[in-house]
Amino acid sequence: MGLTGLEIFKQLPKTNCKDCGQPTCLAFAMALAGGKVSLDQCPHVSDAAKEALDSASAPPIALVKIGTGENAIELGNETVLFRHDKRFEHKTGIAVSVCDTMSADEIAAKVDQINKLVFDRVGQTHKVNLVAVGNCSNDAGKFVEAVKAADAKSVFPLVLMSEDPAAIEKALEITAAKKPLVCGANAANLEAMTNLVKKFDVPMVVKGADLNELAALVEKVVGMGHKQIILDSGAREVNKVLADQTQLRRQALKKFRPFGYPAIAVADNKDTFQAVVDAGVYIAKYAAIVVIDSADPADVLPLITLRLNVYTDPQKPIAVESKIYEIGNVDENSPVYITTNFSLTYFCVAGDVESSRVPGYILPVDTDGISVMTGWAAGKFTPEKITELLQTSGIADKVKHRKAIIPGGVAVLSGKLQELSSWEVLVGPRESAGIASFLKQRWL
Amino acid sequence: MAVTIAKERWTSKVNELVLGAEPNAIKVGGDGTLPFLFFEGDMPNRPVVALEVCDMEPADWPDILKDAFAGVLGDPVAWAKKCVEYGADLVCLRLSSAHPDNKNASPEDCAKTAKAVADAINVPMIVIGCGVEEKDAEIMPAVGEALAGKVALLGCATPNNYKTITAACMVSGHSIIASSPLDINLAKQLNILITEMGLAGNRIAIDPLVGALGYGIEYAYSIMERSRLGALTGDKMLAMPVICFVGQEAWKAKEAKASRDETPEWGDQARRAILWEVMTSTTFAQASGAIFVMRHPDSLKQFNAHVAKMMEPVKY
Ligand code: B12
Ligand code: SF4
Repeated sequence: MGLTGLEIFKQLPKTNCKDCGQPTCLAFAMALAGGKVSLDQCPHVSDAAKEALDSASAPPIALVKIGTGENAIELGNETVLFRHDKRFEHKTGIAVSVCDTMSADEIAAKVDQINKLVFDRVGQTHKVNLVAVGNCSNDAGKFVEAVKAADAKSVFPLVLMSEDPAAIEKALEITAAKKPLVCGANAANLEAMTNLVKKFDVPMVVKGADLNELAALVEKVVGMGHKQIILDSGAREVNKVLADQTQLRRQALKKFRPFGYPAIAVADNKDTFQAVVDAGVYIAKYAAIVVIDSADPADVLPLITLRLNVYTDPQKPIAVESKIYEIGNVDENSPVYITTNFSLTYFCVAGDVESSRVPGYILPVDTDGISVMTGWAAGKFTPEKITELLQTSGIADKVKHRKAIIPGGVAVLSGKLQELSSWEVLVGPRESAGIASFLKQRWL
Repeated sequence: MAVTIAKERWTSKVNELVLGAEPNAIKVGGDGTLPFLFFEGDMPNRPVVALEVCDMEPADWPDILKDAFAGVLGDPVAWAKKCVEYGADLVCLRLSSAHPDNKNASPEDCAKTAKAVADAINVPMIVIGCGVEEKDAEIMPAVGEALAGKVALLGCATPNNYKTITAACMVSGHSIIASSPLDINLAKQLNILITEMGLAGNRIAIDPLVGALGYGIEYAYSIMERSRLGALTGDKMLAMPVICFVGQEAWKAKEAKASRDETPEWGDQARRAILWEVMTSTTFAQASGAIFVMRHPDSLKQFNAHVAKMMEPVKY
């Protein structure tokens, strides 16, 4: 990543033979730096130069895949420390754990609950990503039974959490085809674990007692020829995890190769509330995977929401199309709501119209995906634009009445809007949550 | 294998803001590092929590909130004492009754309430108006005078009303909350205007008008990270500690307000609602928030437990 043309040029044969289709080696180097050509288009580049260029142009954090099929996830490829520098690329995988001290039925029940941790937000589906099976019993046989039970139920890929190579081997024999994450290797079992994950071709967590040991272990694993690695600095207390995760990310961006992999954080605080809070810190601060114990939606919803927010591309707000939306069984008497096309705004309103149980039409004005008050302040949510939408969307053919409900926050628009559109303007509540009671007083 | 720890060498610090008068004064800010990264700088003061008190019974609070203050919601003095009992570092009095749509309370009435509350508690005060800029400009001089000597934090100042509020702070020895809508340049501009009137930079708190988890938290998060980076690299007009009005935002969220019956797939309402307020706060703490204005006592308790852990320095 980010090699300059001159840095690349140094590695080329400098013969200007034109076989690559470029007039000179320098021109080729510039085109390569700009991503317009690929290195293999030069037939004369030496193997040594190829390797140097490949590794220098590799992203600072490797891409690692877990699972197969529609619930597979990709982690890594991050390029920044702060989301405002560009954006965070691959959102944190949330793993919910079960333990092999639970009975097969208990495991099945909890995995069922985990499968249901799917939430609709701003028109997208958001869910947890992994089921982590813990070898809490330290018994290989029990672990394999637990893995079987979880594997049978789970729609998500598994994390096999055992440091016993014998247990992992048996578990991989059952599940390897679904590409689970092995968690994992440490100083004591490094060789055996690495041989297993190589044999089954699955990703693996490497855990050090601290950052120094972690770097040494990763080098060994890479030396043995395995590169699907997830880092674990061994820290479990939130203050230490923050420090270590910050170091891992900073060092990766400085191209310290042993730390050029995604990292995992385990939120195992004994206080179950604090564990959720800790997990929130890990989502904001660089963890590629966070392991939690709770499958309670009250705990998981805030984490999933935080992840959505932190990983939103700062350069583009999520927007919906500006058109007529019908909520429920609308008819010619149904109310008409005006809002903006910022998806958060739209889905707040849509959710509240739905829970009012009165079918309605929603017309989001195209404000370039910004909220009601922001749109108003920026001159993008104006009486003119609302009028245009009322006149061109076709809503006048769908309803007999001529009443439009606007957000309470922009009550000041009502006079001008009424004048321009000749629709009667009803000022709704400030928060869309008040729509149900507003309807009772003003509509029905 | 020895890893060379990556440490930034920051050249500047966040201002230290003093709230309240001795012996009850507390300090916020003073950071010479990104939040909680003790391996490269100091964070001399932990983030603090103010609990919110309203001068009239709030109409839109869900029961979970009201239950925590049962019996005192109509009485700001009793309510404030309750906040102190719950462990609040500060009390934030919101003068809603001044709003023209509410009681349109006079500056004198507001000042009286503020004084009664301040005299009843031994923690520093934040006093904010009703959010109508002109009205807040009318009431703050009276409130400031009534609290002279208490070294309170008054707000919220905007480009339209900062002059009177700044003057009030200067005359009566208070500090000011400077509000700007999620824009680093607007925040700077307002700080420049305020300091040009003669109020010292270490008597300002930046209010970036935060949104809650799920409702724009990411904008405030990035603005706060950027202003902290500015402060650490020498921008004096961004070196003010940040105040986050989390309670008012978090308790507007549907996720905090909807009962289990309305949204069974979201789990228990109380747990979810408290998490909403706490996680909005702890996330902002990672981005450099210094003063957190919250509503629920359980949120305060959970936030403080988390912060106590974060304040244990990790050094390499
Ligand atoms: C995030 C944010 C931004 C983001 C925009 C993100 C986006 N995609 O919209 C950014 C940083 C870009 C931004 C910029 C600005 N912002 Co801004 N921003 C906010 C913030 C923090 C949250 C807005 C938000 O997302 N709310 C959540 C959504 C869901 O709310 P909503 O759209 O209003 O919808 C709710 C209600 O209106 C209602 N509702 C919606 N539709 C309907 C329909 C009906 C029929 C009904 C009944 C109800 C209803 O229900 C919804 C849920 O409760 C608010 C302050 C705050 N804490 O609220 C300021 C705020 C909106 N911003 C403000 C301003 C002034 C600006 C700027 C002009 C300032 C500047 N920095 O230059 C710019 C303009 C941007 C531009 N030129 O394009 C002001 C507006 C002030 C005013 N009263 O006019 C606010 C209120 C801050 C403040 N207190 O000063 N902002
Ligand atoms: S093919 Fe290779 S050696 Fe020939 S000009 Fe292109 S870059 Fe240079």
